[in-house]
Amino acid sequence: MRVGLFITCLTDTYYPRVGAAVVAVLRHLGCEVRFPTEQTCCGQPAFNNGLLDEARPLVANLAGVFRDDEYVVSPSASCAAMIGEHGPELFSAGSEPRRLIDDLASRMFDFTSFLCNVLKADPAPWIDGLKLDNAAFHYSCHSRPFVSPETAVERIDRLLGGRVTPLERFDQCCGFGGMFAMEYPQISGAMVEDKVQCIEASGAKTIICDEAGCRMNIEGALHRKGMDVRVVHTAEVIAEALGLSLPEGT
Amino acid sequence: MTQSSAFKQRIAEAIADDRLHRAVLSATVERDDLRRAEWARLTDVQGLRELARRIKDHTLDNLDRYLDQLITSFERLGIHVHFASTAEEARAATIDIAREHDCLHIVKSKSMLTEEIHLNEALEQAGLEVIETDLGEYLLQLDDDRPSHITCPAVHKDVAACAQTFTEKLGTPYTEDPPTLVKIARKALRDAFREADMAITGANFAVAESGTIVLIMNEGNGRFCVHHPRVHVAMMGIEKIVPTLNDLSVMLKLLARSATAQRMNIDTHLITGPKRDDDPDGPEHMHVIIVDAGRSAILAGRYREVLRCIRCGACLNACPVYRTVGGHAYGGTYPGPIGKLIAGLLSNYDHGVELPAASSLCGACLDACPVKIDIPRMLLNMRADAIGRSWENRAKSRLLRRAMWAMRSPLRYEWGQRLIRTLMRMKAGRDGWLRRGFGPGRDWTAAQRDMKAPARRSFRDLWKKGEIR
Repeated sequence: MRVGLFITCLTDTYYPRVGAAVVAVLRHLGCEVRFPTEQTCCGQPAFNNGLLDEARPLVANLAGVFRDDEYVVSPSASCAAMIGEHGPELFSAGSEPRRLIDDLASRMFDFTSFLCNVLKADPAPWIDGLKLDNAAFHYSCHSRPFVSPETAVERIDRLLGGRVTPLERFDQCCGFGGMFAMEYPQISGAMVEDKVQCIEASGAKTIICDEAGCRMNIEGALHRKGMDVRVVHTAEVIAEALGLSLPEGT
Repeated sequence: MTQSSAFKQRIAEAIADDRLHRAVLSATVERDDLRRAEWARLTDVQGLRELARRIKDHTLDNLDRYLDQLITSFERLGIHVHFASTAEEARAATIDIAREHDCLHIVKSKSMLTEEIHLNEALEQAGLEVIETDLGEYLLQLDDDRPSHITCPAVHKDVAACAQTFTEKLGTPYTEDPPTLVKIARKALRDAFREADMAITGANFAVAESGTIVLIMNEGNGRFCVHHPRVHVAMMGIEKIVPTLNDLSVMLKLLARSATAQRMNIDTHLITGPKRDDDPDGPEHMHVIIVDAGRSAILAGRYREVLRCIRCGACLNACPVYRTVGGHAYGGTYPGPIGKLIAGLLSNYDHGVELPAASSLCGACLDACPVKIDIPRMLLNMRADAIGRSWENRAKSRLLRRAMWAMRSPLRYEWGQRLIRTLMRMKAGRDGWLRRGFGPGRDWTAAQRDMKAPARRSFRDLWKKGEIR
């Protein structure tokens, strides 16, 4: 299976190890992974703030970059959904760019959905190697187009051998929301404070969170409080179990 | 003060109020959990939501026809029909009806529309006595307070606050025992019912084919309102119509479950006309005031689906922002996700233009909406409408335009990434974290959270060096 990797700005810049883990796991499962470096941003920051004209060329660029890939996989459901859910409506029906975006939308997945829905991967090879003690799950809101909160819990349960419990209010937004976090820091801050309280109450030492934005927000609040809890992507957990993580300090 | 800073001021006050936060969070989370559980017990909740959506859309698409049919049905039953195109006309019509029938003492059952048009103040100025009879609304009226939730108006008050109000305003002994508090209210309200000569209610639905006004409640106060007083005035927005009684059954099934996780409300009144000759009780005169007040403008534009709303309040209970700041911070009649839409749309953006940005677009509201209003999508549209309308927005749009321009070229993206990485890593502590951000990052770290500096090497750098295997 030929897969184009859509890394997304935040993962590229802040969490390269997540990208490495996605590639390692996909290759381990027999995918041929390509990373076209002409990719940039999905345009979501513009789109979410009403600047549709600014979002359009970025979506169009990705449609061109990934036109020949069988599937396109992103660590982030949010950026994948920007293309899949909102991308098409930026272009008039029947136009050539619209055809390209529609086509890309049908091939676009976040890593965990791709693993479960397309590869239908059997978790047996990594279950024994999982290093998960006291792990809890946070559902990222923008996974909604791919998976409901309830199904996400079942899915993570199956993928990680029942080693993860959902946080209290696991599907309540952590307060990231892109520009929202900077425009309304008081609300956003109070929301992440609630998330941290749920983490504290759970006693979890590891939080599974697939979205880089949520992760920066939750980690930021945990770090300010000096709480020793690590936040990880599903791909990192699986790569680690398979012994495929990047060496420390890379 | 600009609209936006007044809004931020209200947010700051709400967030500083721990007691408010605790009361709102626990009430909304509980209601949301109960609603989900009740929905899950339906055989096909998604099918039912879709059916309700279609009924509402069909009605809105043919609203002129159904309004005509409804008015014909009302008149056939002897109900007097008034049409108010503005809030002012609706207030004036109510006062005229009271004068026409020599009414002085009015009892009201809960109605968001009358809140929206500030009816009580107008009635009082006209020399009429008006008493709210829903327990929550009664409490708020005593306190000169406003509802902060669509279906649970006093959610911002805990028991102690209620107890204090009763002691201060009614002079009753202080108690925090809810049944005792209810008894105190009941006694005061019975007197009001006995004395009332006019009742004002809203209308949860109005059935076009039969002319039936539907009132839904859990306290029985509405029953007293529509049985004893001589005159009943029901006030409804133009969007409250359902075509048939069959359609109504679909709506009732969803409304009770979505609002209060009940299969059916304690009281569901279907009122079809004033007292008939052989009826033992009921009003001698019944009036319906059909109110537009900005609704037909919404109907005509790209926000039509907002008029599907059946005012269940489920989106408020599901919303993490509402859970955090409560209802008053929104500054209008309708709070929460739906309120963010209605405030701006009903006022043609005279109010609330800043509200749609105060959302993380998490989508919990859409999941909770029984008629599937795509609130996140509507918020996005409203954000597009808001561009350039405030200096905050102009600053934000300028920043984003620059960033997006940079993103249009992979080369600019890479150099931008390097620049940000260098700057942030310079400012970061040894652990790779910034306690104080710079630029837009200042607002990030202002909210009790640190900011991560970019990784030493980006994914693309690692890829190009062949270190990704």
